[in-house]
Amino acid sequence: MLQVQGLSKIFGGLRAVDDASLSVDKGRIVALIGPNGAGKTTFFACVAGFHQPDAGRVHFNGQDITGMAPHLIARHGMVRTFQITQPFAKLSVLDNIMVGAYQLHARDADARAHAIAVAQKVGMAPLLGQAAMELTVAGRKRLELARALATNPQLLLLDEVMAGLNPSEIVEMVGIVRTIRDLGVTVLLIEHVMQAVMSLSENIYVLSHGRVIAQGAPRDVVSDPAVIEAYLGRGAAAIHGGGTHA
Amino acid sequence: MSDHLHAARPVPWALHLSLLALAVAFPFVFPSNFMVNFGVMALFYAFIGQAWNISGGFAGQMSFGHVAFFGVGAYVSTVMQMRFGFSPWWGLPGAALAGALVAGFVAVVSFRAGLKGSYFALITLAFGEVLRIISNSVDITGGGLGMLIPMKAGVANFQFEERSGFYFLILLFAAASVVLAEWLRRSRFGARLAAIRENEDAAKALGIDVLSEKIKVLVLSGAMCGMGGCFFAQYFLYIDPTIVFGVDKSVEMLLVSMIGGAGTVYGPLIGALLLASISDITRVMTQIQGLSLVIYGGLLVIIIAYLPNGLIDLFRRRGGQPGGKR
Repeated sequence: MLQVQGLSKIFGGLRAVDDASLSVDKGRIVALIGPNGAGKTTFFACVAGFHQPDAGRVHFNGQDITGMAPHLIARHGMVRTFQITQPFAKLSVLDNIMVGAYQLHARDADARAHAIAVAQKVGMAPLLGQAAMELTVAGRKRLELARALATNPQLLLLDEVMAGLNPSEIVEMVGIVRTIRDLGVTVLLIEHVMQAVMSLSENIYVLSHGRVIAQGAPRDVVSDPAVIEAYLGRGAAAIHGGGTHA
Repeated sequence: MSDHLHAARPVPWALHLSLLALAVAFPFVFPSNFMVNFGVMALFYAFIGQAWNISGGFAGQMSFGHVAFFGVGAYVSTVMQMRFGFSPWWGLPGAALAGALVAGFVAVVSFRAGLKGSYFALITLAFGEVLRIISNSVDITGGGLGMLIPMKAGVANFQFEERSGFYFLILLFAAASVVLAEWLRRSRFGARLAAIRENEDAAKALGIDVLSEKIKVLVLSGAMCGMGGCFFAQYFLYIDPTIVFGVDKSVEMLLVSMIGGAGTVYGPLIGALLLASISDITRVMTQIQGLSLVIYGGLLVIIIAYLPNGLIDLFRRRGGQPGGKR
């Protein structure tokens, strides 16, 4: 569904993303992990059209969408959320979700009904009347997800939807992401919360200094010496003995 | 879950219709020239304030230079009439088109360059000044002398025997602008404008063509300002560069909207009633020119400090409308 080949993005002297390739098959949940500053969010921004990549191609459903404007990419069915949540702060939760729903429905009543249905799927139904600025972190993360979901995307790019959540909220969010996949939406997520990554994803890519240093099934990736070194420093793999890091 | 959310946003028909009835009755209850003139000015400010509000309030694109579209409307309609012999009624669509074109040009140039917030506000200010200087220096506009439209009473000449003729015309404009604002509150276009006002990146991520929506709304607002300019020229029968391209008009438009409540349906009307009242009261009581704007500026400071969403907050405390501005 999504193929990224040799993507690079350079900011001044920094290669934020360096020849990174990745592919996501339809119906999967794929995770992109890596230490802070590895270039994950920049990678998302390039894929979703918010940054122009300096090299590489992005194909979505067989179509070359490299460098296309973000709103056009969204209309093709690939919608991103933001790591730092970007609510329409003064609008109610319902109005926030309706902005997404209006991409499918021209009429107020249809968009409203669709938005309410989406809110129920992500457990936001009791919060519909609240202003987005009054939400907790967990609420804002869900709102990001709900708004994107309301556009009926084929592929969701979720940027750290678990960050800042407490353990029980993480469990709920994992359930929501799984539900979304079961509804037929493919998911590519950036995540730091390993508990979530391990339980959700079928395939993991590890980014470090802008490069993909490992990929594969969750169990294999977390015991990969290159990955352990990227997180814990050079030599850590030997100490760790390729053990049971999770 | 609260059930009222499932229903579409209710249209406050009782409010709309009773205000309309009051406005229609006004010139019959107060037929003096002074009071009808007050009504005309209040509705005129309400109309151009609403024009500003549609782009500045609903879409959050603050402009200091809406007078550019207003002045172009005033000049195009007057030039059509005085130099090319068109009926002044043709000036109305001509002014709307001219306002729309200039607004479209300003929007394309500045939004394509990614100007936002205060940068956008400043470039619109500059466009207004450029047009003032142009109108001051070319022949067809009469330069600094301005243009005088001869008195020829008669509805065919856009001149009414009774002042109330102007009153009902501007009432029609103002009512139409309220209908437009009400539509924005409950339409897809309005929802997209609110999204753009709140967060452009998030709007883009959801598939909204931010650039084209911003151009559309400024064109709409510019067309309305152009019509306001045509009305102004026909009401006062005289225009010159400092009057119709003066920064004070831009300021009045945005003050009316912000004091009343930017991004709300009735904000500009509330602000306009206040501005027209203050301006008439100070004119009657003192000789000091521009005192009304001094008072108005003071009020703005107080209102921003205590009622940041504008005077309209006084009226909807009990409503407790969630999500505020829409």
